Amino acid sequence: MPAVNETIEAVQSVTDSGYKWGFETDIEMEFAPKGLNEDIVRFISKKKNEPEWLLEWRLRAFALWQTMEEPRWSAVKYNPIDYQDAYYYAAPKQGPKSLEEVDPELLRTYEKLGIPLREQEVLAGVEGAGSAADARMPIAVDAVFDSVSVATSYKARLEKEGIIFCSISEAVQTHPELVRKYLGSVVPQGDNFFAALNCAVFTDGSFVYVPKGVRCPMELSTYFRINAKSTGQFERTLIIADEGSTVSYLEGCTAPMRDENQLHAAVVELVALDDASIKYSTVQNWYPGDANGKGGIYNFVTKRAACRGKRSKVSWTQVETGSAITWKYPSCILQGDDSVGEFYSVAIANNWQQADTGTKMIHLGARTKSTIVSKGISAGQGQNTYRGLVRIGPRASGARNFTQCDSLLIGDKCGAHTVPYIENRCLTAKVEHEATTSRIAEDQLFYCRQRGLSQEEAVGMIVNGFCREVLKELPMEFAVEAQKLLQISLEGSVG
Amino acid sequence: MNAVAGAAGFSHRFEGLRSRLPGAKLPWLDALRGEAAESFGAQGFPTRRVEAWKYTDLNPLGHVSFDEPLTLLDGGVTLPPAIAPRVVFVDGRFREDLSDHPGARSLARHLPELEGRLGVLAQPAREPMAGLNTMLFEDGLLLEIGEGVDGGVMELLSYATACERPQAFHPRHLIRLAPGASLTLIETATGAARARYLHNPVYEIEVAEGARLTHGRLQQEAREAWHLSTVYARVAAGGVYDNFTLNAGGKLARNEIHTALTGARAQCHMNGAQLLVDGQHADTTTALDHAAPDCSSRQTYKTVLSGKSRGVFQGKILVRQAAQKTDGYQMNQALLLSPDAEIDSKPQLEIYADDVKCSHGATVGELDADQLFYLRARGIPESEAKAMLVEAFLQEAVESVAEETLRGALARAVDGWWRAEAAA
Repeated sequence: MPAVNETIEAVQSVTDSGYKWGFETDIEMEFAPKGLNEDIVRFISKKKNEPEWLLEWRLRAFALWQTMEEPRWSAVKYNPIDYQDAYYYAAPKQGPKSLEEVDPELLRTYEKLGIPLREQEVLAGVEGAGSAADARMPIAVDAVFDSVSVATSYKARLEKEGIIFCSISEAVQTHPELVRKYLGSVVPQGDNFFAALNCAVFTDGSFVYVPKGVRCPMELSTYFRINAKSTGQFERTLIIADEGSTVSYLEGCTAPMRDENQLHAAVVELVALDDASIKYSTVQNWYPGDANGKGGIYNFVTKRAACRGKRSKVSWTQVETGSAITWKYPSCILQGDDSVGEFYSVAIANNWQQADTGTKMIHLGARTKSTIVSKGISAGQGQNTYRGLVRIGPRASGARNFTQCDSLLIGDKCGAHTVPYIENRCLTAKVEHEATTSRIAEDQLFYCRQRGLSQEEAVGMIVNGFCREVLKELPMEFAVEAQKLLQISLEGSVG
Repeated sequence: MNAVAGAAGFSHRFEGLRSRLPGAKLPWLDALRGEAAESFGAQGFPTRRVEAWKYTDLNPLGHVSFDEPLTLLDGGVTLPPAIAPRVVFVDGRFREDLSDHPGARSLARHLPELEGRLGVLAQPAREPMAGLNTMLFEDGLLLEIGEGVDGGVMELLSYATACERPQAFHPRHLIRLAPGASLTLIETATGAARARYLHNPVYEIEVAEGARLTHGRLQQEAREAWHLSTVYARVAAGGVYDNFTLNAGGKLARNEIHTALTGARAQCHMNGAQLLVDGQHADTTTALDHAAPDCSSRQTYKTVLSGKSRGVFQGKILVRQAAQKTDGYQMNQALLLSPDAEIDSKPQLEIYADDVKCSHGATVGELDADQLFYLRARGIPESEAKAMLVEAFLQEAVESVAEETLRGALARAVDGWWRAEAAA
């Protein structure tokens, strides 16, 4: 990354203070009745015009969920959630249509968030040479607003390549065979408490299918926005990369500033077949609550990838700056021989934020490889935990893992914790794990201050350096955005 | 004969024995035992659903019914040769006739003096095995080294005799080093070849200001034994607690060490090796509590696994908010020699102070093929080459032992293990 300009830009953006995505869109909404029961599950399924098998699938998950207990093993602390005191379905009255017919209020919302829903014109007239001529690569966006997808751009262009990119509700209608085959195949209904809840009441999310041998010509992206009050968002994303295909997918999210805590319980499933490769990047910027720890999103998410095919590869990159509480462990099940899993993470816990995040790398196939790089930053009263599992099965001969977890502490009231689990049952596997915890060195700060940078700028610069290994894994546009976000998230943590 | 198995068997025994246990007439001790019995009775042996016992399953213990050890007649026991003036416990009972260390005292005979000292560090409600110990302990070592005194080297031998039915004993050792005192304590836990027993010792160790305790523990129990030990150590300002634990014997062994650094500039070294052969399960679990500023801790643990064995390492470093300028380091490494071995490792950092330097590392792997080839190419037979590489692997942990007697004992133990392994 050309460091200098971006860093200067990032440092300048520190002056934009606070959470600037905290506005609310005033739009006519339709809600399901408050509360959670079988009727609500039926209501959601009916709203989405779902086939019978999916309703049954949801009901089975709901029955399972009722027998399960909320997990308490993580390091995060919060008041009990009243699952009956929330809306499980909230959608703009005007249903999703083509891009041209989307409610202008919604378009303005996304513009304000910096997410272009309008497709850019291809500049050069030559068909097929579009992407080469276009200096800035277009990004196809699926915009999810509370419970529904309101628009998906560049669909036609992607269809030309045979790529399916749409909301999961639409995929249920148009490609039921694919959805039925893969939905729940990576994260089964009874996987955990929040996943079971999601299976019962999921409303929307993205669906991607990349056919054999296709390299997706543009970045695919979903932008999640929670807008309505007292709602929970239960997104469901399913990405399938067929043999030899490649796709890069980005995810972003924001929510208004409110004093109440809102629940976001998503499930993301990725499937990579032989020689396929999926790159999944997240910039998580849900409202983190105010400086006193009031409000903010509870982000309880299950993300898992199945590297089913030989030589398949899944790479998770996440920048976690938002949410009052993050509970999230994007994982890879490395089933195919020679498959590769990667996890790059930056997590910030400032003010009263709590983050308990990490990954699981389950090595089953021979010569499977995984890399974990996690950077945790704690400031204010924030508590940041890396929790990860590396498991090598008896048949994963020649498997290889490298894990590096670094924690940075800013201030003496925050906490940084590291809880890795390493389980090896294979003689020829090699596992390495290292973790460090430190604070910003006085000499580094002094060096920057001496060159005329303010304390805050200096900290920002050092933090960016600390995170560089992860940030460089992000697609260009996201990397710049993420860098700025880091700065803003740490505002007020020094001096 | 009482044949109730497992945890319930122990609870029954406690109910039957309560009024006859040493110190039963002391209200404070009876209350301590009563509380421990209550929590042990409620929890039983920990299951794998308990996070601290995720990798060590005590379920097999639940099917064994243990007997109370019989009081042995004098003589009739062949003990391993002494390495220093020693204190001897046979089947958990102090044997004055076999001990020759002048400072050795039986805990059971001094219980009335120990109010406010015994049970201060142990956490029977949190650690179920310490609960079982508190409930049923009958004896142990009571050792105090006076201010500024160099206690020299002392051996603590715990020996189990062969018995028709499995037996259980739960010694409680209470050790205190006054300010500026020093001591090397080398403990050997072993038993007759065919003995089947549960050895469940608990240690409460106080290292006062500026004192230094070197504590070597050689766990070489009989092959059919269960060894479950819990060490609690508290180190005051400027004190040093140096623990080396060899985990090599038994069918199932767990060494749990809880060390708290409660005074500024206290130091702690916890090192160890686990050497496992077919059919063994060994677990080393450490918890280090940095509660004061300017303290440092060093941990290096090495595990070598052969046959169908399973090794576990869990190590937690907690740095409290007051513990600024903490320097903490932990490394655990495992070497697999067999395709049937399994290693589980869970290092853990929990840090609430910002001006600290803490790190941990973990590696798992087999013998390096290149290194083996290098040695073979120079005419060294394969078994010898492997022995050299294993020795080199263990070197880092072993060389942390500065005290000569302990180092010698350790070298012999490692050597013995390797010979047994090569023969198998």
